[in-house]
Amino acid sequence: MFDFIVGHYNYWMYIGLMMIGFYAMMAKRNLIKKIIGMNIFQSAIIFFYISTSVKKGNVTVPILEHAHGDHGTHAIDVMQYANPLPHVLMLTAIVVMVATLGVALAVAIMVYRRYNTLEEDEIILSMRRGG
Amino acid sequence: MVAQTPILIVVIPLIAAFICPLIGLFRRGLCYFWMVLALLVCTIASIKTLYAVIDGGTIHYRLGGWPPPFGIEYVVDHLNAMMLIVISVISLIVAVYSKESVEQELPQRAVYFYTVFLLQVTGFLGIVITGDLFNLYVFLEIASLAGYALIAIGEDGAPLACFRYIVMGTIGACFYLLGIGYIYISTGSLNMADVQEILPGLYHSKVIVTAIAFLLAGLAVKMALFPVHVWLPDAYTKAPSAVSALVAPLMTKISLYVMIRILFSVFKPHLSIQVLPITQIMVWAGFVAICAGAIMALAQKDFKRMLCYIVVAEVGYIVGGVGLANTTAMKGAILHILNDAVMTAGLFTVAGIIMYKVKSRKLSDFKGLFRKMPFTMAAFVVGALSIIGVPPTCGFFSKWYLIQGAVIANQWAFVAALLGSSLINVILFFRIIEIGYVFHDSHGENTHNGDVTRRIEEAPFSMLIPTIAVALAIILIGFYNQTILSKIIQFAVPKI
Repeated sequence: MFDFIVGHYNYWMYIGLMMIGFYAMMAKRNLIKKIIGMNIFQSAIIFFYISTSVKKGNVTVPILEHAHGDHGTHAIDVMQYANPLPHVLMLTAIVVMVATLGVALAVAIMVYRRYNTLEEDEIILSMRRGG
Repeated sequence: MVAQTPILIVVIPLIAAFICPLIGLFRRGLCYFWMVLALLVCTIASIKTLYAVIDGGTIHYRLGGWPPPFGIEYVVDHLNAMMLIVISVISLIVAVYSKESVEQELPQRAVYFYTVFLLQVTGFLGIVITGDLFNLYVFLEIASLAGYALIAIGEDGAPLACFRYIVMGTIGACFYLLGIGYIYISTGSLNMADVQEILPGLYHSKVIVTAIAFLLAGLAVKMALFPVHVWLPDAYTKAPSAVSALVAPLMTKISLYVMIRILFSVFKPHLSIQVLPITQIMVWAGFVAICAGAIMALAQKDFKRMLCYIVVAEVGYIVGGVGLANTTAMKGAILHILNDAVMTAGLFTVAGIIMYKVKSRKLSDFKGLFRKMPFTMAAFVVGALSIIGVPPTCGFFSKWYLIQGAVIANQWAFVAALLGSSLINVILFFRIIEIGYVFHDSHGENTHNGDVTRRIEEAPFSMLIPTIAVALAIILIGFYNQTILSKIIQFAVPKI
């Protein structure tokens, strides 16, 4: 059991980070804290993807020299290379996350200009008052 | 040219979106026509694709010529050919409709509105056309981000509603991304057809259970399935009229389409029916969503908000219909995706026109509308009858198949929910019709100011014609539902 926990420590960290982010998004009443939570949540997913592509030992990036043209002779030994695809996927996901962050911050600014506060309770109070 | 239509459907609105602000630098007025032109070309391309699919079966389009497991592949079969038509036609209609309401509600921001509108449509079309799981996530986020931007520019209170939508929507998208991660770990592939080939041996592993749980939970947020629908009513009520008319019918339906894809094209049907009790859970989720949506719709005094809760109930119809997992119910569910997109678009366009003329969404302000705006209200009545499910309109037929399917599956609670929500819809809409027929003045005074009240004050033609076109579409789909079923939907139903 102990070996299982230690051996997969990166996954435990991803779960922990994800829960921290999730808690902040759900429970915090400040809009900026919610955005920070969102960012932690998304970063946790990046860690998860990257963890899946890691291999221990003497592994390297998959670059095949002089492989062009003679198909089949350069069969890849998967164990020697780290999987590049999750990294590529995460590049796209990072772009998406930055865009989300930008939109969320822009909307937070709109909220602040309207209500002069970023605390959700105060905003709801001032909405009730009809302000 | 014809061979390239699948990619053109996505690329045309995308490129047009980037050219739109450049045109806006020189002539603001041209942006509107540019958007309508782009969407018109897009509609023609999707109609061509539909005919190609009907004649020749599924189309596979390889981006950059890379073969499927390595490259991204666009796959168009009967189901998404239909969805492409729904999206491109409704967005074209709403685009034509948007001009006057945007000029009234967002006078300074029209250029950017049209740009983001095109991006939104790009996202929708991309989600539907792609055959790659990760590509789907990217398009899902394009559609969501454009949606956040469009909703945030709405009336007072829209930014906060939008912020809540961003938080919920991000959770949904992230869950979807995690789900893909688990599928990728266990298969090493992201292509839907490829994953379906590789996976069956692993259906009992915990990784796959986790994957499908994350995928469905994420999509449930995006499709506003009760109880994670909380973002929808606020966001869609406070959005500008043209945006609600575009997003409310399409975003939820597209998420439902993705759900059907995941359950039956990424996994094999027997996983969700026999190995895991997913479909049974879906029937009950649908049941709860229908009841909750219908009851909360009753409590609303705001027209658009009421429509939003009807959307929540309609999502329940389709989720439950898919969960019944027999051919009849599945036919009904897929036909209902088409019908509900058209009906909701019809009602939200009417809501936009009323907002434009009366400047109010409160039901109590609807007095005398039937005299003042006869054509708009005629379109409203058609849409209302269709939501209730009265025979010549399209809503009846899909509901009929859903009820038949529920009877076959022995799910009597679901039958009761369907019938009960239809009755509640009767109350909802006849209440509005009753208010609309109240004319302020009694008969005696009518002779003096009768000319004033009897004058027809219709919305401008650019708003009225799209609304009436949607109303006609509701009736025509009703009349031709057999053709649609036998030519398209019959082949779209997954083999269970």
